[in-house]
Amino acid sequence: MGEGTVWTGRRMPRLEDPKLVRGRGAFVDDLMPEGTLHVAVVRSPHAHARILRIEAARARGAPGVVAVVTADDLSLPPVPAEGLRGAKLAPHPTLARGVVRYVGEPVAAVVAASRAQAEDAAALVEVAYEPLEAVTDPQEALHDRVLVHPELRTNVAYRRQVRAGDPDGAFAQAYRVVRATIRQQRVAAIPMETRGVLASWDGALGLLTVWSSTQVPHDLRDALADALGLEANRIRVVAPDVGGGFGAKLNTYPEEVLVAELSRRLGRPVKWVESRRENLVATAQGRSQAGEFEVACDPRGRILAIRARLVADIGAYTLATTVDIPALTVRVLTGPYAIDHVQAEVAEVYTHKTPTGAYRGAGRPEATFYLERLVDLVAAELRLDAAVVRRRNLLPKSAFPYRSPTGARYDSGDYRKALRVLLDRAGYRELRRQQAQLRAQGRYLGIGLSCYVEVCTFGWETARVRVAPDGSAVVFTGTSPHGQGGATGLAQVAADRLGIPPDRVQVVHGDTLAVASGMGTAGSRTLVVGGSAVLRAADKVRRKMQRIAAHLLEASVRDVELRDGVFAVRGSERTVTVAAVAEAAYQASRLPEGLTPGLEEEGTFVVEQATAPFGAHLCVVEVDPETGEVDVLRYVSVDDCGVVVNPLLVEGQIQGGVVQAMGQALLEEVAYDPAGQPLVATLADYPVPRAVHAPAIEMHRTVTPSPTNPLGAKGVGEAGTIGATPAFANAVLDALRTFGVLHLDTPLRPERVWRAIREGRAWG
Amino acid sequence: MREPVRTIQLSVNGQASTVTVPVRKTLADVLREELRLTGTHVGCEQGVCGACTVWLDGEPVRSCLLLAVQAEGHQVTTVEALGTADHLHPVQQAFWENHGLQCGFCTPGILMTVVAFLREHPAPSREEIREALAGHLCRCTGYQNIVRAVEDAARRLRPARG
Ligand code: FES
Ligand code: FES
Repeated sequence: MGEGTVWTGRRMPRLEDPKLVRGRGAFVDDLMPEGTLHVAVVRSPHAHARILRIEAARARGAPGVVAVVTADDLSLPPVPAEGLRGAKLAPHPTLARGVVRYVGEPVAAVVAASRAQAEDAAALVEVAYEPLEAVTDPQEALHDRVLVHPELRTNVAYRRQVRAGDPDGAFAQAYRVVRATIRQQRVAAIPMETRGVLASWDGALGLLTVWSSTQVPHDLRDALADALGLEANRIRVVAPDVGGGFGAKLNTYPEEVLVAELSRRLGRPVKWVESRRENLVATAQGRSQAGEFEVACDPRGRILAIRARLVADIGAYTLATTVDIPALTVRVLTGPYAIDHVQAEVAEVYTHKTPTGAYRGAGRPEATFYLERLVDLVAAELRLDAAVVRRRNLLPKSAFPYRSPTGARYDSGDYRKALRVLLDRAGYRELRRQQAQLRAQGRYLGIGLSCYVEVCTFGWETARVRVAPDGSAVVFTGTSPHGQGGATGLAQVAADRLGIPPDRVQVVHGDTLAVASGMGTAGSRTLVVGGSAVLRAADKVRRKMQRIAAHLLEASVRDVELRDGVFAVRGSERTVTVAAVAEAAYQASRLPEGLTPGLEEEGTFVVEQATAPFGAHLCVVEVDPETGEVDVLRYVSVDDCGVVVNPLLVEGQIQGGVVQAMGQALLEEVAYDPAGQPLVATLADYPVPRAVHAPAIEMHRTVTPSPTNPLGAKGVGEAGTIGATPAFANAVLDALRTFGVLHLDTPLRPERVWRAIREGRAWG
Repeated sequence: MREPVRTIQLSVNGQASTVTVPVRKTLADVLREELRLTGTHVGCEQGVCGACTVWLDGEPVRSCLLLAVQAEGHQVTTVEALGTADHLHPVQQAFWENHGLQCGFCTPGILMTVVAFLREHPAPSREEIREALAGHLCRCTGYQNIVRAVEDAARRLRPARG
């Protein structure tokens, strides 16, 4: 059978783009149904306080105001959130009742005819607070002196311990033990489109339609059904064009429930769009954990065992993704290395801060960062080359499929090859030579390496594929791409199976009416899981078309093959186009016996084993010892995401991911003062990388197909961020070695670097 | 207290418009809400991200920092005016072919800056392109393909200049 893959593998420009470059996209705030009311949210200015009184009379009388509501007016349950077994959850209240637990927590909502009127009136809502002592340091929170949720009797939301092999025995035999404390600061996802939600209740039909800037429309539908007591079938959630998510839009948020409920109560469309100021306090933040480590190694730099104690500062409440992330960090703690003995523990701790959750990579960048810093510390301790130590520890090709001591499973890989290709393409030896040469001239080059493995693609997906009588196709998917180009990738997959060019394949995503269930876009899963479901559905359609074609050609099904959009009888001139077959498919009289009219099929793909993309990254920086400034000179990556459907999309994911990682390594931090006041209020205080900072990335690939899915793909959405964060940090710290600096916590801003150099010089 | 409003005349994408707007309303909000030109996006409301960039008399400005009443009597151009119904503008085309956008939220503002920049700098270096983009934030692309798209667009535009 003609198994052509004409479209898969092509650098095809995206189907999504023409409308977006014309400014004709439709993001939530672009939707303006007649009569829409606007919401402004009154938020807590305190990290921890008792609400004594809420006085709303003046706000109610303000121009344009339709309603002012507090928790007592709505009596809604908290935002539904599940978590790992054994977790002590604290679901987020829709509006605070009695106590506020972080700066930015929603306390009341004002609904008015315009956004400006709603904001004006929100300033008139008087809330009397009795400030309470806040706990912001997670180490201190562990002592339970101040409890974030007294009813839980502890600040520890979740604790997990893992012990594998014989760590004590390995430490007893160690040649050296390296110790380190490594902290990963809190960062904000900063999608350029903030969150936003528009809800419209149709009272006559009892139907609720919600447009939300979300990565998971089906999850939101189910959460709304729960919170509002509606049947899920009466709720339609649409994620229209979404301006980035990076994991932060994976949670259901209080405002989504609130706006839906307000529409139901008021019988009008109701909209809320997050301001950037709100985005910095009210949208889940990422990373925010620290670990104490001991690493046992032999004289050659082989890592024998790791002991780790992690503490994650998860903020004040558990959103959908809060609890999972630090636990996942422990699960992938040994990364791409053959480390047999592990003792690890993680404690997730409530503090009076914005809740945390998934942020690009979600648990895996944290683990990779720890590990890659530790490998460098081992190399430094033993005075070995960092690349040599990595090669000696990487899992060999023969190890796959591999099960790590902490329970992660890796499908396939050749990790040493990725490192080899990287060192070769980067000219590693020459770089080290240059580094030594420049050092003699008083210039400080740093070379940072990082090897990573990402364990991803979870859950299952359904897709429906329909070919219309005119020979065009439509694909319905439960994934919800929001910038990655998923529609193009899925269209390419379908095109190859159907013999219909991708520009005649429409992809409908981000709509709960498209398919009954779906798990959205997250965890690098859209093409792997969503694409495999599309492939299966398209295959069914293709088989039906083949039977119809055989009937039309008066041939046996076995003799008919599909090539270039045409069904042909093998070894003859007789052909019929896909379009002609599609037309016939809708005419009962032209069908073979036993077939019903129509060309629409459903396919499901269930992940039985996760995939494990991997790679190796190298970064070269120059540090100015007088100012502490870091200049990124080169960035080289080798990434293996299995079989590639569209190289253009893969490169875009790597480029964006690497620069996002650079932000975390060098620039970004959401800092709080000890009283729990965030020190970041605007994007002017929060330095997202700009074009002048970002390096051009020299990208290379190896291709190890994944045996876990029919596409052979592994996923790529998070790889860049996972691999790159430690590469940047390692490069800076490599440059600082001369000054006796072994470790600094990120972000490696000039001031921190400069201080370390000054102290190092004083010592040396 | 009633919201103070004013009736202003301005030209938007070559068409004369008369709109009555609250005096405190930004140009960005008036373009989006009154004129329904929603291609102009608001990413920060504070002049930091560049998503709201439009032209005032042909020069890029941040429409979140301007009040609509300040545009009275001026010519405003938005992303919707680039290209024609049948053809993308060469810069739009170059962004498309070079994968210079992902979510596309930052893109309209960047396009307005780039089209104006290439008028003045028909053959920019990579460094000059990165400098020209310094006032824009893009969280998705890492800028690399944006730079490539601008280089490509410059090539596309050059022969036409003669
Ligand atoms: S919205 Fe105007 S610069 Fe960000
Ligand atoms: S493409 Fe998403 S912010 Fe630039």
